[in-house]
Parts: sequence; structure tokens; C-alpha cells
Amino acid sequence: MSSPSDMNATNVGELAAEQAAHQKNGDPHVSDVDLKPAFFDWLCRMGDTTLILGHRVSEWCGHGPALEEDIAQANIALDLIGHTQMWLGLAAEVEGAGRSADNLAYLRDAMRFRNLLLVELPKGNMAVTIMRQFLFDAWHHDYLARLTKSSSPRVAEIAAKALKEVTYHLERSSDLVVRLGDGTDISHGKMQEALELLWPYTGEMFVTDDIDRAIAEAGIAPAVEDLHAQWTQTVTDILQEATLTLPKGTAFAQKGGRTGRHTEHLGFILAEMQFLQRAYPGASW
Amino acid sequence: MTRTLPSITDVWDWLAEVPDPEIPVISVTDLGIVRDVSYDGATLVVAITPTYSGCPAMAVIDLDIETHLAAKGVDSLRLERRLSPPWTTDWITDAAREKLRAYGIAPPIDGTGGSDVMAARAARLSGTSNLSVACPRCHSTSTERVSQFGSTPCKAAYRCTDCLEPFDYFKCI
Repeated sequence: MSSPSDMNATNVGELAAEQAAHQKNGDPHVSDVDLKPAFFDWLCRMGDTTLILGHRVSEWCGHGPALEEDIAQANIALDLIGHTQMWLGLAAEVEGAGRSADNLAYLRDAMRFRNLLLVELPKGNMAVTIMRQFLFDAWHHDYLARLTKSSSPRVAEIAAKALKEVTYHLERSSDLVVRLGDGTDISHGKMQEALELLWPYTGEMFVTDDIDRAIAEAGIAPAVEDLHAQWTQTVTDILQEATLTLPKGTAFAQKGGRTGRHTEHLGFILAEMQFLQRAYPGASW
Repeated sequence: MTRTLPSITDVWDWLAEVPDPEIPVISVTDLGIVRDVSYDGATLVVAITPTYSGCPAMAVIDLDIETHLAAKGVDSLRLERRLSPPWTTDWITDAAREKLRAYGIAPPIDGTGGSDVMAARAARLSGTSNLSVACPRCHSTSTERVSQFGSTPCKAAYRCTDCLEPFDYFKCI
């Protein structure tokens, strides 16, 4: 929106009033009672996915195979936790029950988490970590790009902020997939193995359910199935360059995270991540 | 007793004295993260935009601004977080870019943000890059990227192949 100073004199008052009203009312979706359950759940899907992946990536801190990799992983984890604060912060606001982003992250049990199963799998070796990051980044990047045009200004501004960072994530992860895939026999073999392991979990990123449909109908986000064609194209191109073979099995075998049905791994993450707030409620720096 | 509130201009001048905690040679206004200064009644409202969304320096920046303005006599202050429009390195002032260089950090080269995946692929296949980062020590442009992610989220790690200096590059977003 143009600022009032760009406008000619007759429009200034009107525009200033409109802008003030907009700022006061904020985002109409945030206070839409009918939309609330779906919007809250959808925001948790976004925030929980970045939270759990951020946690997984942070597990490399101090354990990376090279200093630069260690630092890169920590930086990516930091970006993802930053996105989490924005998504879960908005989720808490939409819910309007007096909870904060911290409450949602630290005081919900596994069945309340809405993250993709892909991101809760153990970090594995570097091949699994890099391959997962790439498969996720390719989806995350395209999704955020679409969300910058959301009918919800709050969602759009979070997406615009996050997209700048995720562009670097995808640039890096796609580059590493090529280097390691088209690397030595050992690195090639490990990358192919990682791809086979993760492939059955990728389909979940594209399964549209009732919540996605409600959110799509409100113009907040595209239906996730609409992201599938472009993702497949990106992944096929990069894997081909990496001399890796697209797995033959179904990509849709493992799903449920977005509705709260998780693998056994999530509980262990939460046990570590939530320990302090569970043992010492309200503890702060 | 009534007190005269500090002028908006004075507040901007005071904010220009608050250093960035990670890169103390530049101030928060040099960095372009102070988006607005205004009054809501007698409460001073300073709107700040984060550089990177997870930047841990933001909490320190908030505290530094509060402390500095309190020392200047501002007794009612509200800090607001503003996400939109998202911060861009284009907002780093020209003077600050020279201060960065003198400090050993190569300043951002505008218009060279993260490449989309296909552009990055094209650059990789052709062996070219859209980026020529000059060494802040010897000014040679024979430099190479060591890692896209450096000592903080906003920087990449580089190395000069002439003078061998390892240095940070303040990457564009």
C-alpha cells in the first residue's frame, strides 16, 4: 500500500483513515470465529513443522563433520526457530486463549503437534540430514512463495520474511545434494540410501484435507496438492544432476503428522525439548 | 508539572548512538532496522524490524535501545516489532558499508540475494557466479566462498585467494 504522502491532497485524509482502520482491525481472518479451529490448526502445522525440523537440525550443533557445516546447520536451525516464533505466535493470537508461542511449543503433548512426519525422523547421518533438508526446502520455498499472496496480511508478511531465508536454504541444500550425489561412490551410495529412506514420507506434504480446503477457500493458502507438480519437477531435475535415481515406491506410504498421528520419534524430541518447562514451570533466563 | 517530550529528531539522533551488538562499528539506524519513531500520547513508540527472523541479537538490541533512551530521559517507551516490509540489506546506509569494510566485513552487493534453485543450478553448471566479493583487506576480487552461512545468519564465509585472508561477507536479503 502506498503511504499517504505519495497521494494527492484530496486522497490523503481518506487514505489515512483507511490505513488507520486497517491497522486497528488488523487481519479480518485473525478474529474470524468460524475459521478459528481450521486457522489455528493450519498455523500449528506451519509452526510445528519448522519447530521440529529446527530442533532436529540444531542437533548437529557441535557435531558437524566440518566447522563450516556445523555453523551452517546452526544458522538454518535458527532461521527455522525464528519462523516458529512467528507462526506459533500468530496461532496463539488466533486461538485467543491466553497462550503464547512458548506455551504451544513447550506445553503441548505429541498428539497435539501437527508437524510433517518427514521432519521428526532422526537426523541420521549427514546424507539423511542434507537429503531431508532438500526435499523439505523445495516444498517450503514454493509454499512460502504462494503464501506471500495470502488473503491474510499477517500470513503474507510472515511468508515474505521467511522466504528470503529459505531461498538460501534451498540454494545450499540443492547444491549439497548434487555434490554428494555426484561425488564419491561412498557419498553417492549414502545419498541414494537416504533418498530411499525418506521418499515414503514426502507425499504427506501434498495431501489436502478438510483443514487445507477451509484455509484454501478463505484464500489464506493454496491447497497443498497444487504444489506437487512444481516440487516433482525441481526434485527430478536436481536428483538427475546428482546422478541419483528417483525411488520407484510410493511417496505416500507414511502420513498422519499433520493430524496428530506421529512416529515414535516425536515423543523423544519433546522429552528433551520440553524438559525444562515441564520440570520447572515458568522458568526463564 | 509538565515535561517537554523529546523531539522525534532528538530520538533518531540518540538511536544512531546505539551500536549493533554483533557489529559494534555500525548503529541500529545504520543497519536500517529502526522503521519508525512516533508518539502515542506521551509514550514514545519505536518500531524495529528484525534482520533475520531468528536473530538472537534482537533481544539484546531491544534492551540496548531501552537502556540508552532511558538514560536520555525517556521514561515511557514501547518497542514494536514490524515485519512488513521485510528488512533488506539495501537499507544499510552507504556510510555504514564503508564502516563494515574497514572493520573487515565485506558489505552486501545489492541485488544479489539468494538465487532460486534453477538459477543456482545454472550458475553451478556453468561455473559462474553473479557475485564478485572484494576482499576487505587487500581489495582483490580473487575471492572464494567457503560457506553460504558464516559466523551469524546474516553473513557468509569467504576467503581471499590473493592475501589468504578469511573474511565475512554480509550477504544480501
